[in-house]
Amino acid sequence: MKKLVMALAASTAALAFTAAPAAAQDKTKACWIYVGPIGDFGYSYQHHQGLLDVEEHFGDKVETAYLESVPEGADAERAIERFARSGCDIIFATSFGFMDPVQKVAAKFPDIKFEHATGFKRDHPNVATYNSRFHEGRYVQGVIAAQISEKGEAGYIASFPIPEVVMGINAFMLGAQSVNPDFKVKIVWANTWFDAGKEADAAKALLDQGVDVITQHTDSTAPLQVAGERGIKGFGQASDMIKFAPDTQLTSIVDDWGPYYIERVQAVMDGSWEQQDVWGGMKDGHVVMAPYTNMPDDVKAAAEAVEAKIRDEGFNPFTGPVYKQDGTLWLEEGEVAPDGDVLSINFYVKGVDDQLPN
Amino acid sequence: MFESVLITIATAATPLLIAAIGELVVERSGVLNLGVEGMMVMGAVTGFGVAITTGSPWLGVFAAILVGAAFALLFGFLTLTLVTNQVATGLALTLLGLGVSGMIGEAFIGLPGVKMSPWVIPVLSDIPLVGRFLFAQAPLFYISILLVIGVSYFLFSTRAGLTLRSVGDNHDSAHALGIRVIAVRYAAVMFGGACAGLAGAYLSLVYTPQWIENMTAGRGWIALALVVFASWRPWRVLAGAYLFGAVSIGQLHAQVIGVSVPSQLLSALPYVATIVVLVLISRNRRLTMVNTPACLGRPFVPAR
Repeated sequence: MKKLVMALAASTAALAFTAAPAAAQDKTKACWIYVGPIGDFGYSYQHHQGLLDVEEHFGDKVETAYLESVPEGADAERAIERFARSGCDIIFATSFGFMDPVQKVAAKFPDIKFEHATGFKRDHPNVATYNSRFHEGRYVQGVIAAQISEKGEAGYIASFPIPEVVMGINAFMLGAQSVNPDFKVKIVWANTWFDAGKEADAAKALLDQGVDVITQHTDSTAPLQVAGERGIKGFGQASDMIKFAPDTQLTSIVDDWGPYYIERVQAVMDGSWEQQDVWGGMKDGHVVMAPYTNMPDDVKAAAEAVEAKIRDEGFNPFTGPVYKQDGTLWLEEGEVAPDGDVLSINFYVKGVDDQLPN
Repeated sequence: MFESVLITIATAATPLLIAAIGELVVERSGVLNLGVEGMMVMGAVTGFGVAITTGSPWLGVFAAILVGAAFALLFGFLTLTLVTNQVATGLALTLLGLGVSGMIGEAFIGLPGVKMSPWVIPVLSDIPLVGRFLFAQAPLFYISILLVIGVSYFLFSTRAGLTLRSVGDNHDSAHALGIRVIAVRYAAVMFGGACAGLAGAYLSLVYTPQWIENMTAGRGWIALALVVFASWRPWRVLAGAYLFGAVSIGQLHAQVIGVSVPSQLLSALPYVATIVVLVLISRNRRLTMVNTPACLGRPFVPAR
C-alpha cells in the first residue's frame, strides 16, 4: 500500500514537472496577491478589476491566478513563494505590508518579475514598485467640498495615520482652501480600513457635531449611506459608489489599475520588463474621477477645471505657498514638494483641526 | 443631538445584544458555541440576499433566522450527537460561515440594499429627548428588548427555564431525573443560532444596508465576551451591550470634539472597558461560580 502511494506521488510529481514548462511556453502567467477579500468593493476589489482587464485584453495569451485575504507578514511570504513555484511569470503584491516578503522571495527567483504596490523597497533587479497619486483626486474633492459646505467645515473619516492617508487629508485641505481660505476639517480616525458599522458610526458622529459634507479614507460605502439618510452630500472611495448613494455622492476617486497591469504584463511578454518605480496619477489614467453629480453647475465646472489642470497641465496639489499646521512655512511660493517628501509626510497643513496620532 | 447620539448607540448595541442574548441561552444549557461570528455573517448574507431578491426586508429577516438556526443545528449535530470538541467545532463554524458567506455573497457585492424602515409610534415619539430613541426605531430594536425580557422571564420564572439551567449546571443529575439533556441542548443551540442570524440580518438590513464580505467584523466575538461580562444574566447583557455601544460611539465624538487623547487609545476604550468590568466582577470568585453554568463546554455522554 505504501509503495502504491509513493508511486502515485512520484507520478503526479512527474506530471507536474512536465506540465509546467509546457504551459509557460505559450502563455504568460500573471498572479495577484490581495490583502482583503475581492468582495470589499474598495481597494482589493479595484485591483481585481485590473486583473479582469488583463484577462480581457490578452484573452488566451495570458493565464491569471490570485489569492485574496492574504495577511501581511509571514503568511504573505509563503503565498508569494507558492505563486513563484507554480510558474507565475509576474507577481503583483498589492499591499504595503507585503514589502519585505516580496524582497525575500524575489531574491530566490531572479527570473520572475515582482511588482509591489505602494512600497519603496527594490532590493533586487526583478522588483518594481508602483503606486497612484490618489491625493490628486482628494484635492479636487476639497475644491468641491468648500463650495458645497455652507458652514465651511467638512468631516473626514480616516483609517490609519500613515503617509498615504495624511497626504490625502492635506491635499483635500489645500483644495478646499484654494476656494475658502478659512475652511475647516474635522477628522475621525476609525482605525480600520474596513468595518462598515464603525464607519457608519463615525459618519453619524461627524454629522451630529454639525459638519455638512463628509469624505472618507476607509473602504466601505456605509458613510455615504448615512450621509444620504441625513440629506448631506459626500464622496465615494476607491470605486464609483453612486449606486449606493444616488442623491448623495458628489464624485469618487476611482483606482484604475487596469492600464498599468496591462502595460506590465505586455512588457513581460515582450521581454522588455525593467525595474521601475511608478507613481502614476490622473495624467497616466491611474486615478479617475467618477462623474460629478448632485452639485450645482458652477461647482461642477470648477471641479472639472481643477481636474483638467492636474491631468493636462501637470499641476501638483503640493505647490507653495503651503504652511504647516503650526504656522511655519513648508513650501515657498511656487515651490513644488518633492515626491519623496510627500511619500513620507507626517504632518498636517494649516487649518486641519486635529492632532496627528503617532 | 443628544437624541441622535442615543439612537446611534442603540444601533451599535442592538446586534451585539441580539447575538449575546442567544449565546447566553446556549451557554446556560452548558454548551459553548464559539461559532457566533460564523452564524451571524451567514444571517447577514442571507438576510441581504433574500431581502434584495424579494424586496421584503421581513422575508430577509426570517430567512436569516432560519439559516442561523440551520448552522447551529450543524454545530449541534457535531458536538451533541457526535460529541466533537465544542471549542474546535465552534471555531470551525466561524471559519465555515465566513467562507460560505463570502462565496454566496459574491453576487451581492456592490448592490445597494433594502433598508428596513423604522416603526414610528405617533405622539409618543414626539416626547422630547427620548421620544425618537424609544419610539421611532427599527422593529428589530424592539425585538431585541423583548428578547431580553422574554429570556429573563423564561430562564428564571418558568419550569422549562429551570430545566434548561439544570442541564447546564449538572447534566448527569438532569439526565438521572429523566430530562432529555441532548434535546434541551439542541433547542438552546438552535435558539442561539436563530438569534445570531437575526443579529446578522440587523447588520445588513438596518445598520448598514449592504453586503460586504466579512461585514460582521468581529461583532460575534464581542457578543461572546458580553455573555461572560454579564455573568450569564440577561439584563446585564443589555447593560453590557449598551455600555459597549456608548463607549464606542463616545470615543468617536471625543475625536470630533478634539479631545487630545491619541485616537488609537480611544478606539481601544470599549475593549479596555470590557476588561475592566470583567476584572471587577471576577473579584468575587464565589459569586462568579454561582452564575457560571457548571457544565459549560463539557460534553455529555449518557452512561450506557
